[in-house]
Amino acid sequence: MPDNEKGLSRRGFLKTTGIAAGALVGGGLIGGLVGYNTKDNKQISNVMTSGEQHGVASSRARMFFTNDKDFMILSAATERIFPKDDLGPGAIELDVPYFIDHQLAGNYGNNSKEYMQGPFKAGQSTQGYQSRLTRAEIFQQGIAKIESESQSRFKKGFSDLENNQMDEILTAFQKDEVPMTAVSSAFFFKLLRQATLEGAYADPLYGGNNNMDGWRMKNFPGHQGSYAQVIDKEAFQKIEPKSLSSMQNMQH
Amino acid sequence: MAKTLEKVDVVTVGVGWTGGIIAAECAKAGLKVIGLERGKERSTADFAQVHDEFRYAIRYELMQDLSKETITFRNNRKQEALPMRQMGSFLLGENLGGAGTHWNGHTWRFLPYDFEIKSITDKKYGKNKLSDDYLLQDWGITYDELEPYYDKFEKMAGISGDGKNPFQGKRSDKYPTPAMKKTPILQKFEKATTDLGYSPFMLPSANISEPYKNPDGEQINACQYCGFCERFGCEYGAKTSPEITVVPTARKTGNYEIRFHANVVEILKEGNKVAGVKYVDRVSGEEFIQPAEVVVLTSYVMNNARLLMVSKIGEQYDPTTGRGTLGKNYCYQVLPGATGFFDEQMNVFMGAGALGMSIDDWNGDNFDHSDVDFIHGASISMTQPGVRPIQMNPVPPDTPTWGSDFKKASIHNYTRTLNVGGQGATMPYKENYMSLDSVYKDAYGVPLLQLTYNFTEQDRALHTYLTKKSEEIIKKMGAKTVVPGSPLTDYDIVPYQTTHNTGGTIMGTNPENSVVNTYLQHWDAENLFAVGAGNFAHNGGYNPNGTVGALAYRCAEGIIKYSKNGGSLV
Ligand SMILES: Cc1cc2nc3c(=O)[nH]c(=O)nc-3n(C[C@H](O)[C@H](O)[C@H](O)COP(=O)(O)OP(=O)(O)OC[C@H]3O[C@@H](n4cnc5c(N)ncnc54)[C@H](O)[C@@H]3O)c2cc1C
Ligand code: SF4
Repeated sequence: MPDNEKGLSRRGFLKTTGIAAGALVGGGLIGGLVGYNTKDNKQISNVMTSGEQHGVASSRARMFFTNDKDFMILSAATERIFPKDDLGPGAIELDVPYFIDHQLAGNYGNNSKEYMQGPFKAGQSTQGYQSRLTRAEIFQQGIAKIESESQSRFKKGFSDLENNQMDEILTAFQKDEVPMTAVSSAFFFKLLRQATLEGAYADPLYGGNNNMDGWRMKNFPGHQGSYAQVIDKEAFQKIEPKSLSSMQNMQH
Repeated sequence: MAKTLEKVDVVTVGVGWTGGIIAAECAKAGLKVIGLERGKERSTADFAQVHDEFRYAIRYELMQDLSKETITFRNNRKQEALPMRQMGSFLLGENLGGAGTHWNGHTWRFLPYDFEIKSITDKKYGKNKLSDDYLLQDWGITYDELEPYYDKFEKMAGISGDGKNPFQGKRSDKYPTPAMKKTPILQKFEKATTDLGYSPFMLPSANISEPYKNPDGEQINACQYCGFCERFGCEYGAKTSPEITVVPTARKTGNYEIRFHANVVEILKEGNKVAGVKYVDRVSGEEFIQPAEVVVLTSYVMNNARLLMVSKIGEQYDPTTGRGTLGKNYCYQVLPGATGFFDEQMNVFMGAGALGMSIDDWNGDNFDHSDVDFIHGASISMTQPGVRPIQMNPVPPDTPTWGSDFKKASIHNYTRTLNVGGQGATMPYKENYMSLDSVYKDAYGVPLLQLTYNFTEQDRALHTYLTKKSEEIIKKMGAKTVVPGSPLTDYDIVPYQTTHNTGGTIMGTNPENSVVNTYLQHWDAENLFAVGAGNFAHNGGYNPNGTVGALAYRCAEGIIKYSKNGGSLV
């Protein structure tokens, strides 16, 4: 890609913004800067032209996490769950961490449409979620536990770990080996995994699935009006995905 | 103090499928009807931007607000029941149309066998085929008696079908619209099942194959196979739902009013009748009494039972003594099936909720059960509902559930995975029932419904047998890797299974064996009706709503008759 204002290579971008490429190790660099998509010229030029702000990435509010460090831990963990590979971007480039941040600040994080009256008791696994904590509280605690687990195992912050070290810690959470309060680490991991997939594949309007690349990798065409004319076809139909935002533009 | 309103002829509690049908029929007959719906108004216009998996299928936009009301659950009487804090195993409806807005549209008639299951089983296999712990009973009505009402529901809803099921009960007429498109995916199933000697047919669908005007003059449009159907409303008005059919029909008469945000908390009993209902306006918090000549419970299985329980109408079922009928015979379904991983990519993201082909060779008593230790069976289908990327991340066995191998495998297999699945019938069991919870309450202080439920030996045997059959089919379809569904363990309320809850307010021939008679009229209060899948004496091997709709039409006929003559309808 040409190193100009409209389209910038990753390396070029990093150089220009003065961030050492080394900071990328572990995938934990501040998601807001790395989470751009190289194909999405508009967004990059937005970030680039800081002097002549003619628009900013509109879906990257930080609504829940106050602390960059926590946000980086979340980012690194989601990237291990859904890593960048030869198929395409991982969670960070897809803006999954922002998606999760937004969700934690809303109905999901506050369990608003769920029964949250006591008494709270542990119950059987067949009885489902019985924690007194909201998801926002579970994530807050979970992120802190990921970090303390990292410090005690490797004497390093989680986002500075090697991939295999991160995986070791996440596996410990998944296997319920990390003590947490009023919730199990396995449950927290399940939430984290599910939220990561949601962020990778929800309509980009929600702040993740940047540039619909989650859909593109998976060959899911997003919102299409009708398949009535093609559903008879034997051959697999590769269809360029469309976001619901195309509907919104129609209304302008 | 509750404010008493002006008396009406008929009040329905809830306006979903059953409430809508009762309203349309009674209002057309000149009765003044009020529908009390706890949720809000909605229509096709609300679904213009419904192609949003995250909001509708994952965050349950259209479903019940559990912060206000849920149920409690335990697997058996020794456990402590705890609230279902999040939606999972089933997706309860709320707002105009109820679950009839976000349903799939599979529209079946139960088999003639279902209605006489006890007599047929005893006759054919002897009295001890199942132990006494299974509370099997006939429904008190035969298929032939219910047939005209099935026909009425199907014509109102414009159901698309080919009528080629050799096991179906006798039909007085054909399906009102032709079957949906037989897509390449369905053809694979058709070929495989034909080769295996079965008789495949198109699944009867309420996603309509061509534009249709129903006998009430309501227009239903042609399905676009958009792939956002189950858990979504239809932006085309092509999925038959109460709000595009029976609700406008009722409104056109001028005899119908729906009061939204009206949460009914009690049925008011007065001697051997009911006087009306009490409700809370969810917006203002005010309490109202709505007097009525006839009260109809149309609030789905759970609340139909719960409202009777909190209003102390009828006798609560007690599993220790076997006494009482209210809450008895709660049934669900088991889902035998097999997943197949294919080499070729398929258009799995296209589809419609009820687009599918089925076989009935292993359903009901369509095969001999002499050598198996269960009765009944399942319809087995290949559906193409349109699968979406958040929910669908299929990976072959031994693939990790996250990380790079997971990402590759789930992306690769998303377009290469099909599932053959059965809807396994369940038989009533003495330990499976509904009652009132003594600890947890809803937002209005009313006790929650308590569900005590687990799978039975009959369920396990049926599940194992039918899973094998599904496995054979998907293998024959050319799957490279076949993964049978795992054997049943304990019923788990977390993963979605089906919203096919049944029983609790069962119908029958007398007050000793049922809550309502075959017009769904309550045995203890002649002007009280309770209608829905709660009336099923057991659950069959299909989706419930064809039968729910038929019962609602019969109930409406009963109400109209009762309004003229009074007294018991049987
Ligand atoms: C995801 C999903 C898919 C389904 N797919 C199929 C299918 O393919 N085929 C099939 O046959 N069936 C299907 N069903 C089931 C089908 O939707 C139901 O059979 C049908 O909606 C039942 O009608 P009902 O009137 O009993 O309840 P509903 O349609 O749910 O209506 C009940 C109404 O009562 C209201 N209500 C409840 N309590 C109160 C109260 N206390 N006060 C005031 N109002 C109240 C609710 O808000 C709701 O609007 C599906 C269900 C779901 C959830
Ligand atoms: S699949 Fe058909 S019936 Fe279902 S929502 Fe789409 S257009 Fe409507």
